[in-house]
Formats: sequence, C-alpha cells, structure tokens
Amino acid sequence: MSAGTIAAAAGLFRTCPVTKLKVHRDAELLVKVNAVAAVLAFTVGVSAAILLVLTRWQAVHLLPADWYYRLVTAHGLNMLIFFIIFFEMAILYFAGAIMLNSRVPTPWLAWLSFGLMAVGALLVDYLVFTGRADVLFTSYPPLRAHPLYYLGIILFAVGALVVTGLFFACLVVARREKTYEGSMPLVVFGALTAAIISVVTLVHGAIIYIPTFLWSLDLEIFGWKANVDAQVYRMIWWALGHSSQQINVAAMVSVWYLLGGITVGAVVINEKISRTAFVLYILFINLASAHHLLVDPGFGPGWKIWNTSYFMYLAVLASMIHGFTVPAGVEVGQRLNGFVKGTFEWLRKAPWSDPGFSGMFLSLIIFGFLGGVTGVTIGTEQISIIAHNTLRVPGHFHTTVVGGTALAFMALTYYVIPLIFRREVIWLKLARYQPYLFGGGVTLFAVSMIVAGMFGVPRRHYDISFTNALFKVEYPPGADLALAFLALGGIVAFLGGLLYILITVGSVFFGTPLTEERLQKGLASVPQGILRLPPQERKEESHYAPGTVILVFVFLAVFAIYYFTNWKMLSQVWQIG
Amino acid sequence: MHSGLVAPKGIWWKPAGRQEKVWITVAFIWCMVLFAMMPFWHFKGGQNPAGIRHRVEPAKYQERVNRFVQEYKVGEDTGMPVVQAPPGSELYLLGRMWAWYPILKLKEGATYTLHLSSLDLNHGFSLFPVNINFQIVPGYDYALKITPNIAGDFRIVCNEFCGIGHHLMVGKVIVDPK
Ligand code: HEM
Ligand SMILES: [Cu+2]
Ligand SMILES: [Cu+2]
Repeated sequence: MSAGTIAAAAGLFRTCPVTKLKVHRDAELLVKVNAVAAVLAFTVGVSAAILLVLTRWQAVHLLPADWYYRLVTAHGLNMLIFFIIFFEMAILYFAGAIMLNSRVPTPWLAWLSFGLMAVGALLVDYLVFTGRADVLFTSYPPLRAHPLYYLGIILFAVGALVVTGLFFACLVVARREKTYEGSMPLVVFGALTAAIISVVTLVHGAIIYIPTFLWSLDLEIFGWKANVDAQVYRMIWWALGHSSQQINVAAMVSVWYLLGGITVGAVVINEKISRTAFVLYILFINLASAHHLLVDPGFGPGWKIWNTSYFMYLAVLASMIHGFTVPAGVEVGQRLNGFVKGTFEWLRKAPWSDPGFSGMFLSLIIFGFLGGVTGVTIGTEQISIIAHNTLRVPGHFHTTVVGGTALAFMALTYYVIPLIFRREVIWLKLARYQPYLFGGGVTLFAVSMIVAGMFGVPRRHYDISFTNALFKVEYPPGADLALAFLALGGIVAFLGGLLYILITVGSVFFGTPLTEERLQKGLASVPQGILRLPPQERKEESHYAPGTVILVFVFLAVFAIYYFTNWKMLSQVWQIG
Repeated sequence: MHSGLVAPKGIWWKPAGRQEKVWITVAFIWCMVLFAMMPFWHFKGGQNPAGIRHRVEPAKYQERVNRFVQEYKVGEDTGMPVVQAPPGSELYLLGRMWAWYPILKLKEGATYTLHLSSLDLNHGFSLFPVNINFQIVPGYDYALKITPNIAGDFRIVCNEFCGIGHHLMVGKVIVDPK
C-alpha cells in the first residue's frame, strides 16, 4: 500500500537529523503528551512522597493519620500506575512507530485512548484527594471505595490496552510497508515483550476490577448480588499487580539496551540470547502473583512453591542473563571505542557526566544488586514469614521500580527532550548530577526501609510509637535510626525528583529550539550521544568482556550471602508451621 | 556488530560465546538452588507457612473464639480477657477493627495450634519483637503450630491496612518461662 508514501508527501513525517529516522508527526505528538502526563503524575507522586517520608520519621511525624493513609494511596497510584504507565505508552509509540520508520495506523484511536487514560487518572485522583477512596492502591475488599474510583481505574486500563493494540498494529504496518529490513531491533523486541505481558496483565485487571466495581455499586440483578471473596481478590489482583511489574522490567531492560546504544555504542553481544531472555519473561511470569500470598491462608505449600519459584526462577534467570549482556554490550562497545586498557578502563572512561549513561548504569546496578537480590529473597516461601508487610517490602520495590525503572526512564528523558521535543536541555550541568542524587537517595532510603523492616517495622503504618494504642510497643533504637535515615535518603531522592521535573518542564517550555546548525557546530546543550552519535554498526566482531565477568560473579556472591543470611535469621524465630 | 537500535539482517541465531555459556550455566544452577531450598525447608526447617487452612464464616469463628475464652479465661488486663489454655491445645485469636482478641498466655517450649481469622477486613498478624508475619483474610481460618522458644511479653501489631484505626490495633501475648 502506498499510504506511507502519500503520508510522507503530505508532510506527515520529518527526518531526524541525529538518527536519520523518519518521524511520524502524530507518533511524535503522542510521545510528547504521554511523557508530559507522566511527568505530571510524577509531580503529584513525589510531592506526596516527601510528606510520607516526613511522617514516617517519627521525630517529625508531620501528617495527621487520615492524610497519611490518603497520601500513601495517592503516591502508590500516581507513581506506580500513572507515571510509569504513561511513560510506557510513550515508549510504545517511540519503539513502534518511530524506531521502525513507521506510523501510528489510526491516530484518532490513539488520541481517544489517551483521553480515556487521562479521564481515568483524573477521576481516580479526584476521588482519592477528596477522601472517598482511602483504600490504598491495592483496595483489598471488603475495604470499599467510591464506585467511580474503580471506574476510573477501568477507563485508564482500557486506554492502555488500546495503546498496546495500536503498537501491535504498528508492527504489522511497518512489516507490510517494509519500513525496515531484517528483524525488528532488539529494543523494539523488548517493547513487544512488555506489550504482550501487558495484555495478560490487563485481562487480569478486567477480571478483578469489573466485579469489584459492580460490588461497590451494591448492584442486585435478578436476585444475584455481586460479591468479591477477599482471598480470590488478592490472588487475581496480584496477577495484575505483579505481572505489571514484569512490564516495567521488560520496558526498563529495553531502555538499557537503547541508552547503551545511543550513549556509547554498546553492542548486542548475541541477539539469540537477549531475545530468548525476553521470551522467558513472557512465558514464566503470569503466576508470579504467588509471592504476594506466601503467608496467606488460601493456598497450600505446593501451589506456593511452584508458582513463586519454579516459574519465577526462569524469569529470574532471564534477568540474570540481561544483567550480563547489557554491561557486556557496553564493555565490548567501549573496547571497540578504544578503551582497552586493563579490566575496567571501559567503565572508568565511560561518559559518567552524561545523565543518559550514568542514569542507565546506576539503574542497572541498583536494580540488580539491590532490587533483584532482595526480591528473590523475600519472595521465598518461608522467608516471607519474616518480611511480609514489613518495611522490607517497599524497601525492595523502591530499588526495582524506582531505582531501576524510574531512574532508567529519567535517563531516557534527557534524550527524548532533544530527539522528540527538539529542545536543548536547560541546566545540562546540573542534569549531570540528577541521576546520582535520585539514585543515591533512593538507595539510602530503600536500604533504610529494609533495615527497619528487619526490626519488624510495618509498612503502611502511621505511628510505630503507638501513642494511643491499648498496649505499649517499644521498638529498639536501631529502628528509629533506620527511620531517620529513611527520611534523609527520602529528602535527597525528593530533591533529585524535583530537579528532574524542573529540567524537563523547563527544557520543554523554555529550552532553546534545537537547530541542525547548532547541532553541527557542537554548540547545542544536549547529551554527548546526540552531539556525536557513537557508531551503531561496526565491522569488528568481539565478545571479550572480562570486566563484566568479574562484575557478575561479585553480584552472585552478594546474592548468595544475602540469601543464606536470611535463612539463618528465619531459623532463629519461634518454630511455626 | 550492531547496537540494540539496529534491525539485524540475515541470520542472527548464532551460538553463544564461552563467557555467556558459563554465566548462563552458573545462573541456571543458582536458580535451581533457590528452588530446592523451599521443599528442603519443609523437611528440615522449623518455620513454614503451611498450616491447616479452612474457609470459615466470620460469625462462626466469632462463636468459636467466645467459647475458647469462656473455657480458659484466667484474668483480665485493661478490659481484655487473658486466656491460658494447656500446652497442645487449639488457640483462637480474632482480628477485628481495631483489636486483637483475646490476650494469650503461653508456656515456653510448649506447642500449640494457633487459629487466626478476621471478622471484617484483612488484617496483618505481626508478632513483635520476634518478627513473624501472617496475612489474615476474612472468611479463612489459618491454623499454625507454634512453639515459643523464649519467654517474655510480646505484642501483636497489625501490619495490613485496616482503616483509620489501623495503627492502634495492638494485641498481647505472654510467654511464661518453663
Ligand atoms: C522521591 C522518591 C520517592 C520517595 C521518597 C518515596 C517514598 C515512599 C514512602 C515513604 C512510602 C510509604 C511507605 C509506607 O509508609 O508504607 C512509599 C510507598 C510506595 N511507593 Fe514510593 N517513594 C518515591 C518514589 C516512588 C516511585 C517513583 C514509585 C513508583 C514508580 C513509588 C512507588 C511506591 C509504592 C507502590 C508504594 C506503596 C504504597 C502502599 O503501600 O500502598 N515510589 N514511597
Ligand atoms: Cu488490622
Ligand atoms: Cu491494620
């Protein structure tokens, strides 16, 4: 079909001066609005975060109880759902339409789905902030929110599902119109993985939110009354809640490959291995909800072990594979760039002042060393006994979805601003420090959460001094110290988040428009990968990555020590079974 | 070679290099260790969340708890009954907005079967400062064999959000020395 060519003639495309990709205007605009929505949600989420942090710090204890729980709800929803998913929508338009030189097949539908998602998110936030949905983002029944709250979530999810469908359509169009040769790039394959998992996820979302919505309406249809079993809800809700984390992982890993390529010309050391690892995510993730239910009454040990582990560990294997191939790709690329001295010159001489690179590499380290290790450990059937619903849980996921995914998305933003918004990045010198500030802050507060959790400090809890409770509970001073460090790290992370917002919003609205002239003269204030795009294709072949081999074995040692230390801790509590 | 942004042409299904092979093999073995530890602990370890699990009507459970309290009540503390059942018995603990009922008195080293359920919402059983945690779901009875290994004055903290009084929900367990 010649729709593509006609569209090009009609000026619906432009050519990117950096990547030489043909950019569909609608796709570009859709990337922009979704990115802006993501940053808005992040702003709400991070404002809530600083208030939460200052409340959990018992010495300050800022908020009243009702607002603490309300803001835990708002923070979870705006960060984990709205910020992350809007950003992923932007990634899908970017990876589908733009990276393949293709187009969004039905722009009106894309705009409609954006509208659905925006209305859904606004509705949810409205109900949360007016105090009609104090149910936390998990909304476990019989806790009950205003019916429109569930409707808002459903609208948001339907919108996201349509975008996913459009992404698949885009792949088909690209293939049919032959806008690229060979197989789709690895980054697009990763995005495809995320999209496939999101279909599975959203189906579970529909299965659980629709009956819950009906139940919240107290509907009676011909004597049949919608009812939701508390345990069944937890199971299906987490099939949504956890699989969606796998979307985040797949999206994040794609962003690692993308940023590695753009910032230092990282190579794919083996397409087969990387792609197979992505496929493992798809195959073994659907039942991962089990690790949220390890100390629930509804399931037996066989079900728990099988689902939390066997399947899961092949997904863990997949992450361990990417954890090797991503840094190895960077290492080989850097060695081909000429940094061949010793074992680690490639890493020392990497562009650490490019926030696109530093954010990517910090994300990789935080996700792997902290997120992965702590997650697999507390996701072990028995170890869950000493971790469930303590602060160890948010400690863990702030190192996966925040220090990992959110940080990778931030790093990508520094490239999206010039490539898609076609603006120079304001305060580029400050932007250099942003990933360190955010990543460092997140690491500090998440580790503090984990330590506090080891003392048994509960998550989602307003007051561990138990001032007005029936019996006194006195946590050891170590727990209070951990909460103070949580606050310190939280404040640093908050500042890192604020800087991110200021730089992105500032660049989009007040940045100097990026011109080819300033770009060619090297005057533009943009990350180094855009000034001098490193080679994306190379004649040489190499697999030599000794530095990475050392890194992964250090990682394995840390993993084993942490894992077995936890078994030791478990063995010391009361006998129970 | 090319980056992840480039569409690979021709056949990219190529054998893995030596480093990749070694790492994937090691990682796979590690995954199997992770897997094996869980069944292993069911045989050799002292802490498992298996328990005996049933569905139960909240009202029926409430009744059972009341009978248990009547049978074994030995005193009162701040208006809450203190209950001491002989070693080996079944204990019934109730979580509700926002209290744990009743107070349990146990013996160090003795084994009991502790039943947990809720009258209303999800609650979280968190034994302080031992740090043992279980989810309590309305409509389900979770019975766990427990053996306190130290004497002392313990608390039960609720660690699942259960409404505005969540942070006030504290119970008490006393373990007498042998
Ligand atoms: C400046 C950065 C951030 C800080 C300081 C921060 C801090 C916190 C704190 C203090 C809590 C409450 C823990 C509790 O009392 O139980 C929390 C919960 C949570 N955060 Fe963050 N956070 C940050 C960023 C993020 C991001 C970027 C995401 C997601 C992408 C996220 C996802 C969550 C979720 C899902 C919860 C759990 C809410 C719940 O228990 O219902 N956070 N965070
Ligand atoms: Cu409770
Ligand atoms: Cu509670």
